[in-house]
Amino acid sequence: MATREAAAPQPLRLRATRRRWGEDVVKVVLALCALVSVATTVGIVVALFLPAFEFFGQVSVREFLTGRNWAPLFEPPSFGVLPLIAGTLLVTACASLVCIPFGLGSAIYLSEYARARTRRILKPALEVLAGIPTVVYGYFALTFVAPLLQDIGLPVGVFSALAAGLVMGVMLLPTVASISEDSMAAVPRDLRDGAYALGSTRVQVATRIVVPAAISGIIASFVLAISRAVGETMIVLIAAGGQPNWTWNPLQAVQTMTAFVAATGQGDVPTGSVEYKTIFAVGATLFVMTFVMNVLSIRLVRRFREVYE
Amino acid sequence: MSVTMADVSVNIAEQRRELPAKEHRTILFDVRDLGVSYNENRALDGVSLEIYANFVTAFIGPSGCGKSTFIRCFNRMNDLIPSAAVDGTILYHGEDLYGSQVDPVEVRKRIGMVFQKPNPFPKSIHDNVAFGPRVLGMTKGLDERIEKALQQAALWDEVKDRLKASALSLSGGQQQRLCIARCLAVEPEVILMDEPASALDPIATTRIEDLMHELKKEYTIVVVTHNMQQAARVADMTAFFSVTRGDEGQRTGILVEYDSTSKIFTQPSDSRTEDYVTGRFG
Amino acid sequence: MSAQAASPLRPSRPRGRWAGRLFGSFLVLSLLIGFLTLGALLGQVFFDGYRWVDAVLFFEPPSADPLIAGAEPAILATIYLGILLLAFTVPLGVGTAIYLEEYANRNRWYNRLLELNIQNLAAVPSIVYGILGLAFLVRGLGLGRVLLSGAMILTLLVLPTVIIAAREAIRAVPDSIRQGAYALGSTKWQVVWRQVLPAATPGIATGSILGLSRGLGETAPLLLVGALTYVSFNPTLLGDFTALPVQIYQWVARPQEEFRTLAAAGIIVLLAILLALNGFAIWIRNRYERRW
Repeated sequence: MATREAAAPQPLRLRATRRRWGEDVVKVVLALCALVSVATTVGIVVALFLPAFEFFGQVSVREFLTGRNWAPLFEPPSFGVLPLIAGTLLVTACASLVCIPFGLGSAIYLSEYARARTRRILKPALEVLAGIPTVVYGYFALTFVAPLLQDIGLPVGVFSALAAGLVMGVMLLPTVASISEDSMAAVPRDLRDGAYALGSTRVQVATRIVVPAAISGIIASFVLAISRAVGETMIVLIAAGGQPNWTWNPLQAVQTMTAFVAATGQGDVPTGSVEYKTIFAVGATLFVMTFVMNVLSIRLVRRFREVYE
Repeated sequence: MSVTMADVSVNIAEQRRELPAKEHRTILFDVRDLGVSYNENRALDGVSLEIYANFVTAFIGPSGCGKSTFIRCFNRMNDLIPSAAVDGTILYHGEDLYGSQVDPVEVRKRIGMVFQKPNPFPKSIHDNVAFGPRVLGMTKGLDERIEKALQQAALWDEVKDRLKASALSLSGGQQQRLCIARCLAVEPEVILMDEPASALDPIATTRIEDLMHELKKEYTIVVVTHNMQQAARVADMTAFFSVTRGDEGQRTGILVEYDSTSKIFTQPSDSRTEDYVTGRFG
Repeated sequence: MSAQAASPLRPSRPRGRWAGRLFGSFLVLSLLIGFLTLGALLGQVFFDGYRWVDAVLFFEPPSADPLIAGAEPAILATIYLGILLLAFTVPLGVGTAIYLEEYANRNRWYNRLLELNIQNLAAVPSIVYGILGLAFLVRGLGLGRVLLSGAMILTLLVLPTVIIAAREAIRAVPDSIRQGAYALGSTKWQVVWRQVLPAATPGIATGSILGLSRGLGETAPLLLVGALTYVSFNPTLLGDFTALPVQIYQWVARPQEEFRTLAAAGIIVLLAILLALNGFAIWIRNRYERRW
């Protein structure tokens, strides 16, 4: 009564004919590619913090973080980084005045007011702004915006935090607009429809329903834009000024952290000197600031994605 | 839409299928106490049955009972899901499919699969059918192999003049037959079909079912279907799966009954089978 | 019974209407600010510089005399950088993307860290990459301020963008294609090489070219890794170099009016190059990208 086991048609060999070395090699090669990004981060951390630690062996952290005089080349040198930070924050504030309200406004328009066809044209057009090299923006700030500010009567010189900041704001406008618009687009139609059905106007739906629902993505876009403003180099190098200046007046010329690093790094500074190490100390400070903001922004984006996807 | 016992019995009687007696059947797969878990969830438990060569075997049952999970065990496609763990044994020609030395690529060379939604590659019709032979190194006589596969899939006449056309330009039913041809081109022994006609219209479905009748002369076919009448039409043996609920409400698939199709539909041994095939539930 | 009785369907709060109009105007203004600025910028650049876009610009080296100064070494360096960038970033970027999408087990902590790392790197300020290059390549390895250093640093800067774009393209390939290929007996690499990559190629190409375009516009890292004084001879792999954006900056930084207009001319060339690249990328996307 036994049923027969089927005889295999060809000699049955379910084992691999030979070990597939190729597959293992491929996996190793690909993992090595991925390691390049790890090596980059390690390299950045080492390149920044090793010399920075050495620097702080010679200069006290306290003087660095609280001193208001940045003059590393003077005799005697002073290493208070506050003027550079103030310069950075001043320019960032001017930029935020432009990119945050108008970026959000653009996003609301694209998301709630524009027709699909208009949006399809306008959104990429806005991206063009983001694609223009920063050196071109710097040129524009110097040759167009600064004279314009003078023409309307503001007491600004050739260099000012305001000129650089305004231009930077326009450059960052697409960043805010794009990410905010994405997060508003992710808000489900039902929410809007429910509000419209109750008789809300478009303004009310946009400001009371959509923006609050998309708020974490919107805030993420603000944080990202600010982070980029802090890290921007060329616009401030060309148009904000080259002298550290401890001031909160945007009409004055200032030097930002990034401009300082760029200016000093271009020079033929002897390796290992204190001056050389200032590049890394300031660079490390810059890196920490932007890193914190980036992490925050990524967290916020993840949160809005989780809610709706 | 319920199918009464009477309808099904009439269908079976019409087809007058006669199965070879048990002594003359050859066992191709011997499944012993097979179970599948996805992380903590027990999707399938304690399945034992034998699949016979050159038979069409159907797995039927309500949705969520693990039929698709089960059929994917036969060609080790569950390996591709990181959270899936298979326990138990499937013997294929007496050899354990999940043995430590077994290479899934070799398994899939012999045991092919057609999926629920036709999934032709974004390439030409010719390159679709040629893909399997090419990756497996069967490059001799490629064109003849392709023609034979397309003929066996009853697609050759419709596409022979446009083999270079994109596969995506075919209709749904043609795409599914192309997928069958693709599978046949590597000359497997077994063809697994996971609800092959559920995405197709009735006419295309009939053609697929006719194909199954033809193909079983040379191949062994295992098909998952949620359409009982389809099972009644094409299958020699039918396995009925169902769901048990655990203490915390988890659903686990189990095999309820496995027998010749005529018996399942006319004189099922288990009341759950009877309830299902008469449409009282499911 | 006057038919002039207030219709129940008229807006009852006229003030609400004004608020709506004001708000709408603000929104339109927001968009206008961006586009007007863009217009002013392009206008300023063109009117300032168009007369200086001539053979001198393209074929003469820079000089202290603006009338005979050109940007040939800078333009050539930018072109060479572009070629090197593509050669470095595409294999590395696509390789990393394939690893993350097809091979890496998402549950392992080191793979999640890898993903997070790439996201962070995409947002690091470009000058930090310059510092990295200064420390390791120029001073550390002693490679010096040469074209190769510039290419390597720009590669690292652009790599996260290319990786992210390649991942999107690979992820867009439907899983049913992979399943079909596995079921026919393909190995993992065969599935990737023969099905996934060909299907993802248009997206990868678009992303790579957009990344390249971004890299060619970068100035800050090259300030730290490029030549110190202006370069008057054509660039070689291990020689001093000045890329076009840096040349533009050097001209802008000079006080003379003529150098400003020269800078504008250089900007016209740079924008033309980037426009061509971006246009090409978009053409590829429109022509070849599949909607699954």
